[in-house]
Amino acid sequence: MQNIMTDVEDGTHEVVSFKLGDQDFCIEIGLVREIRGWTPTTVIPHSQDYIKGIINLRGSVVAVVDLAARLGLGVTVPSPRHVIIIVSLGKQTVGLLAEVVSDILTVTPDMVKSVPDQIADQARDFITCILTFPNGLILRGLDLSHVLPDIEVSPA
Amino acid sequence: MRGLIAHALKANGFDVHLADDGVDGLEKLTDSDPHLIITDINMPRLDGFGVIQGIRQSRAHAMTPILVLTTESCADLKARARQAGATGWIVKPFDETTLVAIIQRVLGS
Amino acid sequence: MAGLDELRLTFFQECEDLLDRLGDGLRELSAPDSTHEIETVHAVFRAVHSIKGGAAAFGLDALVEFAHRFETVLDGMRSERLAISDALLGVLLRAGDVLADLVAAAREGDEPPFERSSRLAAELDSLVDQSGGDTTSEEITFEPLTISFEPLADLTFDQPVGESPDDDRCRIELSLKGDFYELGHEPAGLIRALQKICHTEVQADLTQIVPLASFDPHNPMLRWNLLLADEPDRDTLSTVFEFVEDCAEIRVMTPIQVPDGSKSATDELRLSNPSEQLPILQTFQPETAQNLGLKASPGLSVPKPSAAENVHSLPTPATIRVNLDRVDRLINLIGELVIMEAMLSQVIASAGLQSNTEAASGLDRIRQLAGEIQESVMAIRAQPLRPVFQRMERIMRDVTEATGKNARLVTVGESTEVDKTVIERLVDPLTHMIRNSVDHGLEDADTRKAVGKPALGTITLSAAHRSGRVIIEVSDDGGGINRSKVRDIAESKGLIPAGTSLSPQEIDNLLFLPGFSSKTEVSSISGRGVGLDVVRREIQTLGGRVSIASVEGAGTTFTIALPLTLAVLEGMILEFGGETMVLPLSSIVETLSPASANIHTLGRSGRVMSNRGELIPIIDLTEVFNLPRQHADDQCGVLIVVEAETGSRAALAVDLIRDQRQVVIKSIEDNYGAVPGISAATILGDGRVALILDPEEVVNFSRADQQQVSLQRKG
Repeated sequence: MQNIMTDVEDGTHEVVSFKLGDQDFCIEIGLVREIRGWTPTTVIPHSQDYIKGIINLRGSVVAVVDLAARLGLGVTVPSPRHVIIIVSLGKQTVGLLAEVVSDILTVTPDMVKSVPDQIADQARDFITCILTFPNGLILRGLDLSHVLPDIEVSPA
Repeated sequence: MRGLIAHALKANGFDVHLADDGVDGLEKLTDSDPHLIITDINMPRLDGFGVIQGIRQSRAHAMTPILVLTTESCADLKARARQAGATGWIVKPFDETTLVAIIQRVLGS
Repeated sequence: MAGLDELRLTFFQECEDLLDRLGDGLRELSAPDSTHEIETVHAVFRAVHSIKGGAAAFGLDALVEFAHRFETVLDGMRSERLAISDALLGVLLRAGDVLADLVAAAREGDEPPFERSSRLAAELDSLVDQSGGDTTSEEITFEPLTISFEPLADLTFDQPVGESPDDDRCRIELSLKGDFYELGHEPAGLIRALQKICHTEVQADLTQIVPLASFDPHNPMLRWNLLLADEPDRDTLSTVFEFVEDCAEIRVMTPIQVPDGSKSATDELRLSNPSEQLPILQTFQPETAQNLGLKASPGLSVPKPSAAENVHSLPTPATIRVNLDRVDRLINLIGELVIMEAMLSQVIASAGLQSNTEAASGLDRIRQLAGEIQESVMAIRAQPLRPVFQRMERIMRDVTEATGKNARLVTVGESTEVDKTVIERLVDPLTHMIRNSVDHGLEDADTRKAVGKPALGTITLSAAHRSGRVIIEVSDDGGGINRSKVRDIAESKGLIPAGTSLSPQEIDNLLFLPGFSSKTEVSSISGRGVGLDVVRREIQTLGGRVSIASVEGAGTTFTIALPLTLAVLEGMILEFGGETMVLPLSSIVETLSPASANIHTLGRSGRVMSNRGELIPIIDLTEVFNLPRQHADDQCGVLIVVEAETGSRAALAVDLIRDQRQVVIKSIEDNYGAVPGISAATILGDGRVALILDPEEVVNFSRADQQQVSLQRKG
């Protein structure tokens, strides 16, 4: 699906950018299903601290991941200014809790930089690349496959 | 949509040329000789019916198969397209398999 | 290529149906009171023949080869050269198994089971030899009754006209109209498309060709006669001819089997008046064909009425093949409807409207309707257990062959309907249980003789609906569970501490423990590294329970109780620790207020409730799920006694019971994963998600030492 979003001719693609604390992150727009306001979640007992709970997304049950907690940036206390970004990766649909979505930006290949190896941080595992913009903005490209909770197969 | 079709066809080994609208399509046909033409109905400058009529009246492509993209299986649109000289139609949304099967059937390949 | 893959898929889907028909037919013939109807033999023959035809189109040589030999024997039966006997039917049943294996191998792209198939093929061949003489010539003939089209010219293209004796093919006549070529069509495209569906023989009909001088380029003269090895369904055909329906005449003629089997007739559907040409969609409906036949005016070619009747009065009800996704989507939508209804009634209740207002009674009606629609849709998914039971007959043959035990399978209630998903997932557990019953349940022949039982062991597989659940039982007439041996094994494997006092029922339940395998030497049949614990887990994931009952010397019965559907559940809506959860009603024994219950504290924090002489451990759900306590004292609001399928009970302490209603089950595993103590989720009237408790797991928490273990393992 991703290559459909990417225009093959000039290699540009679009990303959705959002804030976690004072850092800017982004994900490929093709993975984003919708962005909705914060709604209270149903707590899942014995879950990881970065799982905020589950919500009803038009009849499907979707888990909400506290992205900041997941990246080791501290637990988020949700408020109405927070949003849930619904993303789909493969067959899995998950909500990502983030602060306001900043923008949808077009990225050209020359903006994509690799992550410096020297950075040793929990967040490093979740970042695939760094996007630099002419205006000085720096976006951290999130690796969704690492962010989403592992689907634990039922014991059978 | 156009990109999707091109993508699907290229993936199946077809050589695909894109045109921006009806007039551009007819112009591009003057210096190329495709085995098959796929056209939308709603297009700027010249709509699909016009394109089909133009092609059927041309000497070079009079017998080239033309497939029309229609949004739903609207009998009226199909009838008009057929009147204009369309070979067949592809109903959106479609999947890659159906698309390729239709094209192969029409091309006899 | 994708298109071809799809065709393969269709072929294998059809094979499933054909194998079913084959199995049905053979079973009918093998039934003790069978009258050996010749029509059943024909049906079996046709099924094998169709598989052969399709297999040939895909170059599946091993399958074609075997099907051909199979067919030869059936042909001998058809023509009564071969007498139907139990021995013969035994070979045919096993040949049917091998054919199914070959189909499965072809589908998976595996190596065909040559060893077994050649053994069976030899048996089949020897049957033919006994009947004496070559029986390979097929007797279904293609004899058009009244052919209303012009005879073909001597000049033919490919092969002589398809009136060879073995022609029971579907025939399509294609004549092109004026604008065919002008619209960019190409007959080769249509022909190739047909050839992709099944083997298609092409003949050009040159009768209409005129001398070049009078040739009109706007009037195509070449006609095509296409002979299809198989009869494609009409959807497939109308897809192929989709674009040319108005610029070509397409006549489809399908063969009809005549009951005496000696002839077949052509179902000619062409009308004498071209303006009444049937559109292709109608042409393919047998009903229409019959109507036409009966209302035929003179000059129409009509098949013999007996033939037509025979074909059209087949008792198969009209069915359609629907993608399961569509049904599931419908089920989801109805789930939404049920939720919306719950939301509305909540709004109406909070607005203080009386129950006699129009709004409230309208809502009642909506609730009823939603319930009825839900039931109807569930009925679409419900399917009889028959195919699974039939597969078990096959398993039975395999296992008796491998163990050398002489046993038969008796099936009861195979028309019992269960949700399709449940049916699919029953195959593995049942297979294992049947193997287990033959291998471990039945004694060997000598022992049976010694205790005066018939040498032939009996395994009974039965199904029935009982109080909203489906009960499936697998029982054997063997020696029953050797409890002292089971106990010894469990002790020696460290599954239970030595000297534990256990009731007979508890000992029987040891069989379900992981790591238990009662046979000392691992047998090749049931000892494949899976035990009954796997069976139990599989059944549990289906929301069901397995129990065991055994009478020494008389046999063992395994009972599976399953919910009718995996989509909805009758539940109690509970509140505790500030959360709302649902408890399946089926597990609830009774509810009590703590005041009326006789509660005792055991040790530091353990509490039990004594109820009619029974001590029931109390499980505080707020504590189990680590939720904030809502009340300062640990006095709970209500106690709910639940029973696990092992028979062990526990009382769940919750703050209050809010409601009892049907809830729609939503998976949390798709998007999140398994949660200990929780089986699924649902959406309540306020739109929020509530978790559905798994009483089985929760009760297991009550075994104090396991509590921490099981939670930590998964959490």
